[in-house]
Amino acid sequence: MDKIRTIIRKEWLEVFQNKLVIFTVIFLPLMMAAIPLGILYGMKETIPASAQAVSSEALPKEMAALCPSTLSTGDCMKVFIVNEFMILFMIIPVAIPGAIAGYSVVGEKTTRSLEPLLATPITTFELLTGKCLAAVIPAVLATFGAFGIFAVGAALILANPALLSVILDFRWLLAVFAVGPLLAFLAVTFALMVSSRVNDPRVAEQISMVIIVPVMAGFFGQISGLFILNKEIILVTAVVMLVLDVVMFYLATKVFQRESILTRWR
Amino acid sequence: MIHTDKITKQFGKVLAVDSLSLDVREGEVFGFLGPNGAGKTTTVRMLTSLIGITRGSAAVAGFEVGRQDTDIRRTVGVLTETPGLYDNLSAEINLRIFAELQEVKDVKGQVEKYLKMLGLWERRLDAAGTFSKGMKQKLAIARALLHEPRILFLDEPTAALDPEASHLVREFIAELKKEGRTIFLCTHNLDEADRLCDRVGVFKTRLLVLDTPANLRKSTFGRKVVVHLRTVNESLAGGLRQLPYVREVKIVESKLVITLDDPERQNPEMIRTLVNAGAEVVFIGELRHSLEDVYLQLVKNA
Repeated sequence: MDKIRTIIRKEWLEVFQNKLVIFTVIFLPLMMAAIPLGILYGMKETIPASAQAVSSEALPKEMAALCPSTLSTGDCMKVFIVNEFMILFMIIPVAIPGAIAGYSVVGEKTTRSLEPLLATPITTFELLTGKCLAAVIPAVLATFGAFGIFAVGAALILANPALLSVILDFRWLLAVFAVGPLLAFLAVTFALMVSSRVNDPRVAEQISMVIIVPVMAGFFGQISGLFILNKEIILVTAVVMLVLDVVMFYLATKVFQRESILTRWR
Repeated sequence: MIHTDKITKQFGKVLAVDSLSLDVREGEVFGFLGPNGAGKTTTVRMLTSLIGITRGSAAVAGFEVGRQDTDIRRTVGVLTETPGLYDNLSAEINLRIFAELQEVKDVKGQVEKYLKMLGLWERRLDAAGTFSKGMKQKLAIARALLHEPRILFLDEPTAALDPEASHLVREFIAELKKEGRTIFLCTHNLDEADRLCDRVGVFKTRLLVLDTPANLRKSTFGRKVVVHLRTVNESLAGGLRQLPYVREVKIVESKLVITLDDPERQNPEMIRTLVNAGAEVVFIGELRHSLEDVYLQLVKNA
């Protein structure tokens, strides 16, 4: 455990000297929180809350399914539109680790610091866990921070506890507090695998960002009406992510071959 | 302290190390000499459990390579070919990280001890990236010593250093030798090996020879005595060739270069013979071959 802590500290000391990483960790979550808040604020004027309760006749079935019958049609519209942006909070934990973990192994390769590190009694598990957590923790905290800003902002803009409780319901909490960290872990293990195999930090970062593609596909899929992120989909996603995380971490430890990493340096 | 039994390393079809067998004794400075690509670094990596052994077996400090790798890494200190420091971090942080990873109990104390010992204390808060090559190498040596390893593997410790920095590093290695540490020194610098090493092994994929530097000189070139004469002629050389213990006599300008087995015992009679034959001896000395001559001869023949 001590060695994992040392690796995390070392990674943070190094990585947070990079202004681009700091910018990514701070600016990206702020932007992702600001987009749905801006839309909520805009809708406050353009979609007035009607007294008419939600009915499947007035709204498409998928939309109505998101809202309790106590909500007006106008408010349900707001819920639906804000719901479209839930995936933004899943992009944060995928995007941030790329910048940190992509550099992780390949950066050590290029500075030749990996060999002295591997010459210590640290195990591959400790090393990779330390590197994973060093990238996952900032990503998850940034996601939580962005969600916190969004939640406070939404409360101020809406001033409607009933609507707020629907917008920030179990689906959101599950998406942000379960799927988010699981996605971050997946992104990091993938970045570590890539990082173990390539020799250029930029290539590692770019390939690592491929993991964002399925998340973006989800975003566009939802916008185009292919599906709606409901409780069931999020739960299934969380379970799939959990399985994928375990498999990917196992693969990352297998891909991280001390010998080939040391001897295939160019 | 280090024992290898026919260790072999193969990368695909490339044979990097071929059946290397050697024993390095406790407290010994062992010089591992060889040209670039000879397999020296590969050997160090095998012995420090960084890479596996294809065939054969090895033990370091009593721990078996491949089975007790974590114990080996706890026991040895490694100075890698390149310092591999975290350039953005301070010298002190660099050492603290490695002290923690090496499970050092008094991290602060050990870091301070080696920063002071290597003259880096005043620069401890500066980023390692701002250091000169010599300072970086000293910091890397400090890093290898933090956990007080009984065995040190030093891979080209003075490579790319200026003469002053090389001198400082060599002096430090000599100090470590006095402390009784076992040192496995990979080097190109034959003068360095000659000065520091108790024994040397010349290596080019396989071990060519292993002995003390003095014995290597003797076995490769024999011992040569140079006699400067006022005038030299072939009859003086011919007279010496009659002596049973004289192996070779050459005339070089006004000098006779005589190969003997045991100059300390045979010189008096040899000089007497020359003087009796009318030679005027001006000066006598031993022709010392450098370890470089030995090395070049061995590698050429390999």
